[in-house]
Formats: sequence, structure tokens, C-alpha cells
Amino acid sequence: MPILDLCNVTMRFGGLVAVNDLNLKIEPGQLYGLIGPNGAGKTTVFNVITGVYTPTSGSVRFDDADIAGERSGLITRRGIARTFQNIRLFGDMTVLDNVKVAFHCRQSADLAAAVFRTGTHSSEESRVERESRELLHIFNLDGMAGEKARNLPYGSQRRLEIARAMATSPRVLLLDEPAAGMNHHESVQLMELIRWIRDRFGMAVLLVEHNMKVVMGICETVHVLDYGSTIAIGKPAEIQANPKVIEAYLGGA
Amino acid sequence: MRSALLTSGTVALLFVLNALFTGSLVSGFAMPPYILQVLCLAGINIILAVSLNLINGFTGQFSIGHAGFMAIGAYASAYVTVAWGDRFRAATSFLPEFARDGVLLLFALAVGALLAAIAGFFVGVPSLRLRGDYLAIVTLGFGEIIRVFILNIDVVGGARGYSGIPKLANFFWIYLFAAITVVVVSRTVKSSFGRTLIAIREDEIAAEAMGVDTTRSKVISFVLSSAMAGIGGGLFGHYLMYLHTNSFTFIKSIEIIIMIVIGGLGSITGSVLGAILFIALTEGLREFSQYRMVLFSLLLIVIMIVRPQGILGHLEFRHFFGRRRRLAAPTPPVIP
Repeated sequence: MPILDLCNVTMRFGGLVAVNDLNLKIEPGQLYGLIGPNGAGKTTVFNVITGVYTPTSGSVRFDDADIAGERSGLITRRGIARTFQNIRLFGDMTVLDNVKVAFHCRQSADLAAAVFRTGTHSSEESRVERESRELLHIFNLDGMAGEKARNLPYGSQRRLEIARAMATSPRVLLLDEPAAGMNHHESVQLMELIRWIRDRFGMAVLLVEHNMKVVMGICETVHVLDYGSTIAIGKPAEIQANPKVIEAYLGGA
Repeated sequence: MRSALLTSGTVALLFVLNALFTGSLVSGFAMPPYILQVLCLAGINIILAVSLNLINGFTGQFSIGHAGFMAIGAYASAYVTVAWGDRFRAATSFLPEFARDGVLLLFALAVGALLAAIAGFFVGVPSLRLRGDYLAIVTLGFGEIIRVFILNIDVVGGARGYSGIPKLANFFWIYLFAAITVVVVSRTVKSSFGRTLIAIREDEIAAEAMGVDTTRSKVISFVLSSAMAGIGGGLFGHYLMYLHTNSFTFIKSIEIIIMIVIGGLGSITGSVLGAILFIALTEGLREFSQYRMVLFSLLLIVIMIVRPQGILGHLEFRHFFGRRRRLAAPTPPVIP
């Protein structure tokens, strides 16, 4: 049974149909690539899944519950986390605190516990501290834990965004162009990292990416959008040979 | 253990200082009443500035209606002591005289804080959906609504002002609550909940995407901030023994904002410093009272040019003194 199931989703902005009758099913643990030329509606799909937009029609089911139009915070707590195409870190907070914020939604100690410094609060704080540092270690950021997020180099900021999303313990991770602005070496490392965290934590990954090497290298299924409509779904090798995909990217003969 | 010692130490110190300043400890020595009053008003300013910093500096929601919540706390707690004071004293007649006053003051402040918190909730829920300038204007409006509403309640004096409030607050109580405010706000900010507030200030959309219930966090911080402003107002009334709605116009809200902007938005130490600096300047420039606001404006302009983040920016006291607490790095997990 798919963990994330978009059924006949259409998203209109006035006269513009950004996403047209989309059907997308992601199995648990799957690496699913979503590609398409600029303006194909990839980020709109992300925003529909994470509750930023309510779809004009169609249903979004996560773990057999309809989540279309729920608040983003609630959807994250259900188990869908995302990164942003244009990095959105908490710039003035430290790297460590960026990750700690994402742990908040799985914490139970409330404000009163913090003000009176109860035992539950301090034990929970030290657990969050430990788990955050473990995550930073996985993403090779532990040397920068005390640094302000805005002072990090670009590639590290991208990795921190993924680390922060992982801290919400998602079952589906949405990555919006994680390799954007990375050089060849960095994107190869990122590819390995994405595959590794999928194997280690077992969540499904939905990847939007322009870098074909990354998409074709790690995705098990590739979904191609053009002008909001699906033009092909299949294995990377099939997609690369699909004449419709080639036409969408390179233009008709 | 350490914090219990620190708490009782602070209370004892404030008690002794209070006795010293009022002249009951060493005969023949007392703080000049004028200086003592300035010190007490500085303490009330600290409560107001630190509490406003929670919402403006840490959560990043620009509110300019703080005087309104202060007014609610002031009038509600004054009404409690004036209208129910005798009955309350009779009910607690088994206590010694000074304890009876203390208990009455605490009860009045609790009522004032509760009402200010309720008002904060009802103002916060609709207004905190707005951002930036819009939020500022709406909170400004609510602050004025509260003031005009109180102006038209006859039992608390209306336009004549509310007189006959017993002098229950003194140096001890004011600085006790100033210390409590500082502790509560700094613990809040350092907690997991506090991190969500700072995250909202930094990027609200990302905070929501990380599973933070941003509306809930903002409303809680607004309510907490309002309750503390209510306590500040209650102490204000019980110290000056007279209240008039003219003390709670939006000018008062602006003054509190000046304190936290001078000190540094997002720094508790900065707010304390800003509150003290503000009253020191107001009193120091009393001779030039005609030009006081001009000088304030100039000071603000200079600070905005030279140090736009305020005197301390986001830094705290312990950054300069105290030990740097370093948590031992945990052993990293073994990665296959």
C-alpha cells in the first residue's frame, strides 16, 4: 500500500492550471524522482503535499488519512518533512539550535516544565541535545554546531536543511532541488548521502531535481511533468529513452 | 539546591536593601525619597521592557499595545485592594500586619496578571495572524481601546483618576518581581518552546514546515508577556497610590519600545540596561524637560545609525562575564 497517494490532484491559480490531474503513489522506502522543465509544477506539487496550498480538486492521502489542506505544521507532525528550493534556515540561530527546533514537535515537556526546571524537562533537553549532535555528525556538520547558520558555506547550508528535516523523524522526506548550486563532487556526495539515510532510516524520499545525474543515479522511479501534466512514469533507463520526455526537454523536431 | 540557595539569597538581599533604603535598618540613614522612587520606577520599567522583549525581540512580532495590558493589570489589582481589601484583611487576620499586606498585594497582582493575560489572549488570537506593520497598528488600536474603555468605567474613577490605593508595593516587591520576570523570560527563551519563538522570528514559513504550531507559540508568548505587563501595572498603581488613564497612552507603549530598542531586541540584559538608561535619561534631563523628547529622538537616531542592533544586540550578560558553559561532546555514533 502506498504511504503517500495523490489521486487526480488539480491545482489552479485563476486561469493557470499549475498541476493537472496528477496521480502519484510513493511506496514506503521508495526513492521517487520528480522532474520536468522549469514551470512544470514540481514545487507546486510539494506545496500541495505539505499543506501550503489546498488542491482545487483531488485527494492527498498520507498513511490512509486525507491530509489535503491541513496546516503545514500538522502535516509535518504526521510524518512528512521538506526542504526548500531557496534555503530557509533560521539564520541567526546556531546550527545545533536549527536542528533542535525541529525536534520540538516530538517533545512533550511544556513551558511550565521549562520555567520550573523540572526533571522531565532537563532529561528531555539532554536527549534532544544528544540526538541533534548525532544528526549533525551524520551530515558532517558537527564541527560547526556552534556556528550561526547564516555563516555556513552554501553546501553545508543545504546539508543542514536536510538534517533539520530529518529531525522531525519523517516517513516521507521531500527534497526540493537539494543539489542546486553544488558542484559535481558535492552532488555525488549528496547522492550517496541521500541513499544512505534512506537505507538507514527507511523513509520514502520524493526528490525534485534538475541535475539529471543525481536523479538518474539514485531514483528507482522517475516521474516527468510538463505544463502540470504527467508525460511519463518509469525506471530511469526507460525515461531517458522516452521520446516525449526528450521532446519536452529539447523541444520538438 | 544551588538555585534554592540563590533564590533565598536574592530575597534576603532585597529585604535588607529595602529596610536600608527606607531607613528602618540603620537609624539616621535613608535613601532620599526621590532617588528611591526613581529606583522603584526603574524596576517597574525593567518588568515592562523584559516582558515586551519576549514578544517583540524574541518572537519578532512587533506589538505596540503593551501599555494597554499594563493598564488592565494596574486597574484590576487596584480595584481588588480598594474594594475587597478590608474583607481580605479580615479573612487573613491570623497573620501579622506586614504579611497581611504582602498576601493582599500578591492576590491583587495575581488578579491583575490573570485579567491582563485573558485580554492578551483575546487580542492576540485575531491580531497575531497579521505581520509587521499591520500587527503593529492593530495592537496600537487595541491598546487605545483598552485605555478608553477604562476611562469610561466610573467605579475606577473614570476621568478623575483612581485614588485611594494603599501603598502596598515597595522596593522589595518591585525588584522581587523584576527578578522573577527576568528568570521566567530567560528560562522560556532557553527552553524548547523558546527555540520555536526564535525560529518564528527567523523564518515563520520554515518554522511551520518543521512542525511548529506557530499560532500557538505566538499566542502563548503574547499571553505570557501581557500577564507580566499586568504585574508591572499592578506594582505601578500600588506604588504611586494613584492611577490615571493618561499614564497608559500609546506614548507609554512607545517608551517601552524605546527601552528595548536601545538595549537590543532579543537581549534580556539589553532590556534591563535600556530600562535603567531610559529612566536615568528622563530624570537626568528634567531641567531641559522642554527638549527631552528632542534629545530622545536624537539618541535613537544616533543608535540606529551607529548600532542598529541596539547596545547589546542579541548578546547577554554571561557573554561578557560568567563562565562559558560547554557541554561535553557526546561520542559520535558509529556509521557503517
